[in-house]
Amino acid sequence: MRKRSRLSRFNVASLALGLAFLYLPILILVIYSFNASRLVTVWGGWSLRWYHEFFGDRAMIEAAWMSLKVAASSASIATLLGTLAAVALSRGERFAGRTLFSGMLYAPLVMPEVITGLSLLLLFVALDAERGFWTVTMAHTTLTMCFVAVVVQSRLGSLDRSLEEAAMDLGCDPVRAFVAVTLPLIAPAIVAGWMLAFTLSLDDLVIASFTTGPGSATLPIRIYSEVRLGVKPEINAICTLVIGLIAVVIVIASLASKLSSAQGESAAPL
Amino acid sequence: MAEELPKMEAAAGVADVETHLALDQPLLRIEGVAKSFGTFRAVDGVSLDIRAGEFFALLGPSGCGKTTLLRMLAGFEAPDEGRILLGGKDIAQALPHERPINMMFQSYALFPHLSVRDNIAFGLKRAGMARADIDTRVAEMVALVKLEGLEKRKPNQLSGGQRQRVALARALARRPQLLLLDEPLAALDKKLRESTQGELMELQRRLGTTFIVVTHDQEEAMTMASRIGVMNAGKLAQVASPRELYEAPRSRWIAEFVGDVNLFEGEFKLRDGHRLVIATRDAGTLVVAEPRQPTGETRLSVAIRPEKVKLSRRGPVSEAGRETAINQLDGVVADICYLGGSTTYKVKLDTGGIVQASVANSARLDADAYSLSQHVVAWFTPDDCVVLPP
Repeated sequence: MRKRSRLSRFNVASLALGLAFLYLPILILVIYSFNASRLVTVWGGWSLRWYHEFFGDRAMIEAAWMSLKVAASSASIATLLGTLAAVALSRGERFAGRTLFSGMLYAPLVMPEVITGLSLLLLFVALDAERGFWTVTMAHTTLTMCFVAVVVQSRLGSLDRSLEEAAMDLGCDPVRAFVAVTLPLIAPAIVAGWMLAFTLSLDDLVIASFTTGPGSATLPIRIYSEVRLGVKPEINAICTLVIGLIAVVIVIASLASKLSSAQGESAAPL
Repeated sequence: MAEELPKMEAAAGVADVETHLALDQPLLRIEGVAKSFGTFRAVDGVSLDIRAGEFFALLGPSGCGKTTLLRMLAGFEAPDEGRILLGGKDIAQALPHERPINMMFQSYALFPHLSVRDNIAFGLKRAGMARADIDTRVAEMVALVKLEGLEKRKPNQLSGGQRQRVALARALARRPQLLLLDEPLAALDKKLRESTQGELMELQRRLGTTFIVVTHDQEEAMTMASRIGVMNAGKLAQVASPRELYEAPRSRWIAEFVGDVNLFEGEFKLRDGHRLVIATRDAGTLVVAEPRQPTGETRLSVAIRPEKVKLSRRGPVSEAGRETAINQLDGVVADICYLGGSTTYKVKLDTGGIVQASVANSARLDADAYSLSQHVVAWFTPDDCVVLPP
């Protein structure tokens, strides 16, 4: 039995190669962000020079700040709307057009970003909205809302419906039953959904570049335009910081969803 | 048996029950309640009275509407037609939290994020009870269901039996006028189920709360309930004591649903005093006791419970037996099913039918046990037969 559970040499090799393919470029990027040399491809010893440079680069800092603001606000709005949509879909009475609604909710999951970006741009132009922070935030909300809805809906689906009924039976009106019982139980999924929306928004280049306006470039847009003029080692430092931030968020999100499923075991009907 | 039967039937006489109810008002009166889901009539015109302090069981196969009826009592479904009167007040359209009724759910529905104590206290907090009173009541409930020392545990740290007790304590904590139990023992294993049945009955007697339990398990219903309502296809087929339900079922369906039964279809031939002679297709001519309510039809069914069919090698053994056992059927043993406490023999009758006889294994070394293909006589008295509509 012990022998069987061990990995064969082939397994180890394929695992190592797969992981190397995924993470070696990132590792190299992280190492080179500490490069002292001005040339991106030549190693010149360890240094924090480029991090220093980045924190002195006002335009870059502004873009990073803009990205964080957009990510935080769009994630919050998307979490609110996505949770409401998930509750409506899994708890509400069967309303007319329910299937159409759920289909349309999930469409952005599979829609090419270029199309989403372009159509939103056309909408904003038609509305004559001034493009900037709010247009990017709204665009990102439409993109990330469906992810939140998927996460929250799957959690709601695994919850025993009689939990809410038990709360009502014990003296709660429907709203109180939701707040006292359902909300605490789906909270981990809501947190995970927010984190997911946050990282998606932080990553996005395509939709942001369609919907942003002058003076409100997000970090990916800024980096992309810099890279077109040639890669500066400073970019490596920025990317390393972003990777660190996203890693932290993903770890928190997965911990939250783990907590959520641990509670789900007892919530599921036997 | 022959002396007991008339007494029982008199006690359960329909006229007696109705005058009794008119004198003291029932706690719960269900009047012509109906509920449809789409085109499916889940509950189809049910009327029922439940007295205060009663332990009532709703029994039926899955999909018969018993759970829907229970959910209408709890307020999770609103009836399309009819009234539900609790203490004379119509609560049919009231929301669950507005009813002095609590329910114990089949899945228990314990709140996984709350401790045992907080689960039990949940309904008390919502009722706006003072903290000190809540503590007293929770302690009382914990003692009642014997969960001392587990107050701080979360539901997922409890065994199935303990969860069941928490659910019961939580439902009883608000001291409801009526407690609804949806398949309360379905999730427990057999031994635990039997001991819990006894505990539930004891608890119900001590508290005097009216219990309505929904179950598909007839033994459970018979053990616990003082009255049983059998449901089939959304309708109440019969409401009776466990004994009456078993010994005097009102239809073939009930006779077959509750326990095992031999059924023979036949035609009414003649009346002889209080006895009817019926020519059956599979079991020859049978003499049966006249039913209390004549069906008025010539086509009839005769039902006999397997344990009332006696077997012998050469007809009735005792003197008394020879006099009363008018029905004697010859046949051969076709199948033997040993069940421990009893043995069920399937006897292939010479007239073509099969009759099941359940014989108690009253001696350990039973030299008289019958063997396969052995010729036997199956016999039973007219009083052991129940005449039913076809």
